[in-house]
Amino acid sequence: MRLHVVTGKGGTGKTTVAGALALALAADGRRVLLMEVEGRQGIAQLFDVPPLPYSERRIAVGPGTEAHQGGDVFALVADPESALLEYLEMFYNLRHAGTALAKLGVMDFATTIAPGLRDVLLTGKAAEAVRRKDGRRRHYDAVVMDAPPTGRIGRFLNVTSEVSDLARVGPIRGHADTVQKVIRSPETVVHFVTVLEEMPVQETLDGIAELHALGGIRAGGIIVNMTRPLALPLGQLQAAADGELDQAQLAFGLKAAGLDDGPGLAAALATELSEQAKTALAQDLQQQRLTATGQPCYQLPWISDRIDLAALYRLAWALREQKAA
Amino acid sequence: MSGRAHPPELDVDRLIGDRRTRIIVCCGSGGVGKTTIAAAIGLRAAERGRHVVVLTVDPARRLAQSMGLTSLDNTPRLVAGVGAGAGGRNAGNEADSAGSLHAMMLDMKRTFDEIVEQHADPDRAAQILANPFYQSLSSSFAGTQEYMAMEKLGQLRRADEWDLIVVDTPPSRSALDFLDAPQRLARFLDGKLLRLLTAPAKIGGRAYLKVLNAGFGMVTGVLTKILGTQVLRDVQTFVSALDTMFGGFRERADYTYQLLRAPGTSFLVVAAPEDDALREASYFVERLDHERMPLAGLILNRVQKVPAAHLSAARSLAAAEVLQGAATGAQGGRGAGRTGAHLDEPEAEARLLTMAALRLHAERMEQAAAERRTAGHFTAAHPLVPVIEVPAQAEDVHDLDGLRRIGQAFENGR
Repeated sequence: MRLHVVTGKGGTGKTTVAGALALALAADGRRVLLMEVEGRQGIAQLFDVPPLPYSERRIAVGPGTEAHQGGDVFALVADPESALLEYLEMFYNLRHAGTALAKLGVMDFATTIAPGLRDVLLTGKAAEAVRRKDGRRRHYDAVVMDAPPTGRIGRFLNVTSEVSDLARVGPIRGHADTVQKVIRSPETVVHFVTVLEEMPVQETLDGIAELHALGGIRAGGIIVNMTRPLALPLGQLQAAADGELDQAQLAFGLKAAGLDDGPGLAAALATELSEQAKTALAQDLQQQRLTATGQPCYQLPWISDRIDLAALYRLAWALREQKAA
Repeated sequence: MSGRAHPPELDVDRLIGDRRTRIIVCCGSGGVGKTTIAAAIGLRAAERGRHVVVLTVDPARRLAQSMGLTSLDNTPRLVAGVGAGAGGRNAGNEADSAGSLHAMMLDMKRTFDEIVEQHADPDRAAQILANPFYQSLSSSFAGTQEYMAMEKLGQLRRADEWDLIVVDTPPSRSALDFLDAPQRLARFLDGKLLRLLTAPAKIGGRAYLKVLNAGFGMVTGVLTKILGTQVLRDVQTFVSALDTMFGGFRERADYTYQLLRAPGTSFLVVAAPEDDALREASYFVERLDHERMPLAGLILNRVQKVPAAHLSAARSLAAAEVLQGAATGAQGGRGAGRTGAHLDEPEAEARLLTMAALRLHAERMEQAAAERRTAGHFTAAHPLVPVIEVPAQAEDVHDLDGLRRIGQAFENGR
């Protein structure tokens, strides 16, 4: 797999997972490009580096293994204006015209107003990175794209049809067709990042169904983020959720542990267990819905503190251990 | 952490109780529970006697169901079981006790179509609606949803059938988009570029090249290269058909923008206690300040509330270790303290259960501390912005009672 498109509902940790996946793919000495398309500088914040320009910079080294040193992870923030200028220069040698065009609002028009064009410029940049070659060898072993949220992913990737509504012929159509070949090739997969809550799971299911309906765009893994171990054995969960835990047991246990904080503590802890059990049961239902899709599911642990580079490596290892990368 | 000043508390009840408050805009990044908060505020206001309409952009089926509606559409629907219920807004003149709640979901294409139909004669309207460029613009342009949300807000305000409108803003990649997008679209629709593009269609043929300045040839040249001639033709037809509406678009965008700054409008920024969400919230607060838009405060949603808050994570873990040690000792068969050589089955069970409870508790305390640190970054930067916390719910909201529970966080003088 060469192009990994990472999507997910807002708040599920899409950018974090894209970063961890890029690191995981860079193990064994492979060269990886991590690409951002929404202009939020999320990658720079994640890797704690200064804001990234429209050029490929090395930002990290993948984890090494016994056999190999870790490969390089490069990052690129692709914005539609720069992509358009690059496109104009590459195909028409028109770069110097850019300023004049910007003044007239042409860039604004082309990159934000004309539907689909913005997307084809961004996916086009990813396709270019995927296809780039040094001699006979591909320049990047893998490209990871931190893509738009699940609600927009189908439209974002289905560039040909979006653009062909607008342009039946013409140069941009030709460009879109080339991009589409990469997106619909077996080398490209779309991963869905979610947490075990109703709305993000629903959006994941909708997103997978949308890709199926479009045809030819492959859904990859479902990455369940921020999972926590169960506090209680499965058998006790239901009782805890129903508030039927024996508080006398807790009171006894607390006493044995030397915590004599009065009768309130056992009750409060019982409430905590009950709340967690309810959440866990609800999450289990959501996990079943995800499993039913038949897509492979991967679990990433909850990280209570700020996500720093060390945490990213931890997540990258978790992905590798589960053979997600 | 400990030395930080507490921000003032946001008094949502006073805000919704104040009859001068006519519009509440809930904004924030995606995934923070903005829509649910908007609905909870609307419900609470209705139950305090206001006639409320909640305008949402989020097609969350569950939320519609929680308000007893099978689905939401572009027309406000009365929510049953709230205030005066069916009697609703007509009965509202006399007393405060009989509020009502309506809810609707923005259909951006429908709203755009309606503007066109309102402002153009039937023939021309049909021509515009059939234009391929219009169809793309009205259904997929990134700013259309924001623009139409603001347009709908303007319509609801002009209709003057509700005394409080609660708006849930679109889930933009950046919360700020919703302030910029309407202006951007309006600027485009009556901008220089479109006027340039329409010119040849009006003058006809190739004669325009002589009439217009040289720069124009280059612009169309480049646009033709990028988009192809057929797209440009669609745009030109669209623009000339729309010509009569240009003034209207600008005016409407200005009207809603002014509405947002008018007295009676308040912004609530919604965030979860996470880095990303609070960073967006920070930008938004600064931007509102810059635009002189009235910010009421920050709603910190899904905050971890720990019932046994007086037991620290450290003590909790230490106690769990004591129990663990005793259990290991018991398994060794000897020296398990007072209980002697064997542990009763029920006692062992009690210890296991307590260990689980203590470890879970420590984890929750640590999470709560991490959330406080994150929220502290925000309050340090914006010490004067009032804040209210809404506790995380163990389950998703399923019904009006669920929304009411969220609203309870706004209780005065907690």
